[in-house]
Amino acid sequence: MAQSVVVQVGQCGNQVGCRFWDLALREHAAVNKNGIYDEALSSFFRNVDTRGGGDGPGIYKGKICSLKARALLIDMEEGVVNEILQGPLRDVFDSKQLITDVSGSGNNWAVGHKLYGYQYREKIVEKLRKTAEHCDCLQCFFIIHSMGGGTGSGLGTFVLNVLEDEFPEVYRFVTSVYPSGEDDVITSPYNSVLAMKELNEHADCVLPIENESLFDIVNKIHQMISSGKLGSTVKQNSLVTSSAGSARTVQEKPFDAMNNIVANLLLNLTSSARFEGSLNMDLNEISMNLVPFPRLHYLVSSLTPLYTLADVNVPSRRLDQMFSDAFSRDHQLIQADPKHSLYLACALLVRGNVQVSDLRRNIERLKPSLHFVSWNQEGWKTGLCSVPPVGHSHSLLALANNTCVKPTFTELKDRFMKLYKKKAHLHHYLHIDGMEQSCFSEAISSLSDLIEEYNELDATKGGPRTDPSRLQIAV
Amino acid sequence: MSIVTVQLGQCGNQIGHEVFNAICSDVHGTHGLCSKKENESYHDACKERFFCEEESEVPIARAVLVDMEPKVISQTLSMAARSGYWKYDDRSRFCQKQGSGNNWANGYSVHGPRHKEVIMNLVQKEAEKCDRLGGFFTIMSMAGGTGSGLGAFVTQCLRDAFPTSFILNHVIWPYGTGEVIVQNYNSVLTLSHLYQSSDALLVHENDVIHKICAQLMNIKQISFRDVNQVIAHQLGSVFQPTYTAEGGLHYSRNPLGIDWQVQPPSRLLPPLQPFPNRPLHFNTSIANLVILRGKDTHSVDLGSFRDPSLYTSWLNPRDAFNAWKTPRAFNKYEKSASLVSNSQFLLKPLDNVVGKAWNMFASKAYIHQYTKFGIEEEDFLDSFTALEQVISSYTILC
Repeated sequence: MAQSVVVQVGQCGNQVGCRFWDLALREHAAVNKNGIYDEALSSFFRNVDTRGGGDGPGIYKGKICSLKARALLIDMEEGVVNEILQGPLRDVFDSKQLITDVSGSGNNWAVGHKLYGYQYREKIVEKLRKTAEHCDCLQCFFIIHSMGGGTGSGLGTFVLNVLEDEFPEVYRFVTSVYPSGEDDVITSPYNSVLAMKELNEHADCVLPIENESLFDIVNKIHQMISSGKLGSTVKQNSLVTSSAGSARTVQEKPFDAMNNIVANLLLNLTSSARFEGSLNMDLNEISMNLVPFPRLHYLVSSLTPLYTLADVNVPSRRLDQMFSDAFSRDHQLIQADPKHSLYLACALLVRGNVQVSDLRRNIERLKPSLHFVSWNQEGWKTGLCSVPPVGHSHSLLALANNTCVKPTFTELKDRFMKLYKKKAHLHHYLHIDGMEQSCFSEAISSLSDLIEEYNELDATKGGPRTDPSRLQIAV
Repeated sequence: MSIVTVQLGQCGNQIGHEVFNAICSDVHGTHGLCSKKENESYHDACKERFFCEEESEVPIARAVLVDMEPKVISQTLSMAARSGYWKYDDRSRFCQKQGSGNNWANGYSVHGPRHKEVIMNLVQKEAEKCDRLGGFFTIMSMAGGTGSGLGAFVTQCLRDAFPTSFILNHVIWPYGTGEVIVQNYNSVLTLSHLYQSSDALLVHENDVIHKICAQLMNIKQISFRDVNQVIAHQLGSVFQPTYTAEGGLHYSRNPLGIDWQVQPPSRLLPPLQPFPNRPLHFNTSIANLVILRGKDTHSVDLGSFRDPSLYTSWLNPRDAFNAWKTPRAFNKYEKSASLVSNSQFLLKPLDNVVGKAWNMFASKAYIHQYTKFGIEEEDFLDSFTALEQVISSYTILC
């Protein structure tokens, strides 16, 4: 089985990353009762002999000794990473797989990308090589970062460049948290647009996330629980926002609930690559099927169900509700409504006790209300993984390559232009070595081109369909 | 005579396993009303065909398992061994780690050449274990990357290495509404390449089998396991031993001896004139094979299968129709009949797949994923041309 490496950059990246590793351990513990280091575990964890103290040699089979995350933690401030290393997950991280500094990036993409990038390039390459050496078949890098700040945004996208240069054959999946309109970082539009250019050019797939959507989901769950609308009790560990059953036993920190959602997204995304099923969907298949043109690689994700009730019997009506929810606006992880925009492609990754007939029935049922591009009318990629997430009997992850991402990008562009026209705060960027005005104009140009591609596709929606004429053969 | 089965990709391996299961359970099951001697004869013919007998162990399937990721093969091997009735040879497998990513070009142009030697060595070993090699049976889906792309490459290699052996490809036609988004591209590329090396393509459509599960078998929550078991049952009913018309007193030694290669007459056909009283709702056939098993096979009237209106005008039903029989019941069915047909039935599905693939190709969507691994637009055009010719040839049958 192939391995993946997680590179978590900046405060947001590391906080989300931390939740990911915690929930991943919880998931594997639930499945792996015998404590044997199996192929599923090896995709994200190494098995290390620590009896001699410190990091020993890797153990490739047999009982689990000490699991180490295949991760690289990068932050230009020490606070978050230190906290992780002193918390309940400290033994999961290899102490050498860190790159930290003290002063932070001051919410400045140029500081993250140009200054720290240049300064730490060698160290980054060295540590990436180390993690790659521990893999016998490295398939994918997952980058987790935010777009609005300085480290995650700037240094994170610098690492993306490095990955493409040093490991061109390995897939690059990026989970990017986009800033909201009311973001308190004034320069977040600059940071985001500068980062977008890098994502356009160097990422294989991007999963954009918006805090507002995560926040709405957290609220929705709170309301459902406190209103008593749910007849029987909710299984705590089934909440998509919950850390129940994981290593973090203390009071949850403010962003934990939201970050757990993103962690669950990554777990579900990789579930079919790790666990068996009747129709496997590997990471390279996701990239192959959902990216029809190289730059259109932004995937809108939705997770259902958000929780399970304690009674386990699942009549198929409830199963169907899960599929309907996946397409509803309030289950999307960005502020978008895929139902009213144009689908280029859609993937459904189902986990648990769901069979192919359930999939077919729901696709038939939902198809008429969705708009697919003319050359991909049956643009569905499906996967069935037998192992459900913790606390659930079944779950669904929907990934949509859909023009509904456009508003996120146009709003970003508008906020950028508002600042840029007044040349507000530009000097903070331009005085960094390697930064020039052209960086800004190229970045906004790249974003505009991307928006234009989505516009052209939208223009075809609902138009008359003329199929191209077939080849004529002389008999 | 023995058949060597090559199971390719997730689909090929999952189905292959069910096929050997079905055959084994048929052999161990009740033999219906035929004599004990008859049953032993059947048993022996079947064993020689599909299994290799080792001294003290359970029979070992004559199969090579190939996949570009390890999960399915591990599962397949362990499930077979657990049955206690048969197993695979542990060494007769080849796995990689990363899969083919649903990319035909990856399967054909990258994995194929890279692993050709190892895979063909495994096939050679299985072939050598046979006293008499009847031919090869490959199982693959057209929709994915390994079964389809690597499968097409392996079929070519089989043809090169065994020029006179019979090669039968079992091809799974995916659900019409998408299992894989690029399934139509993969299908077009697979079929056009298989046409060059294969002797016959035996097709099962997921949509059709699904309907069987839903409507005929009343299964509520249909799983891929259900679908695969129906397919395995049908394949078993075709491959298990039978008496052919010429074979007389012995079970036919050659299980794959169906002569499907027919050429239309070389002179130009006159314009289409329907036969008087010709039923227009039948697909025109080139050849049909009926297999009857169990009770009363000798008293069955097969006259309607010889109706000339079923066949193309340039064939005599005497040449185009065959019937194989055995009094030995199959898989607990007191009597059963199977029909294998080379006719226009696949015309509509094929036309659909080619149409959708062409539509997508016109927009150039996903092409960069294929050119990345060496399959260019011209290769696509060649494949489209080849299949349009097949469609055309079948369309003008009358």
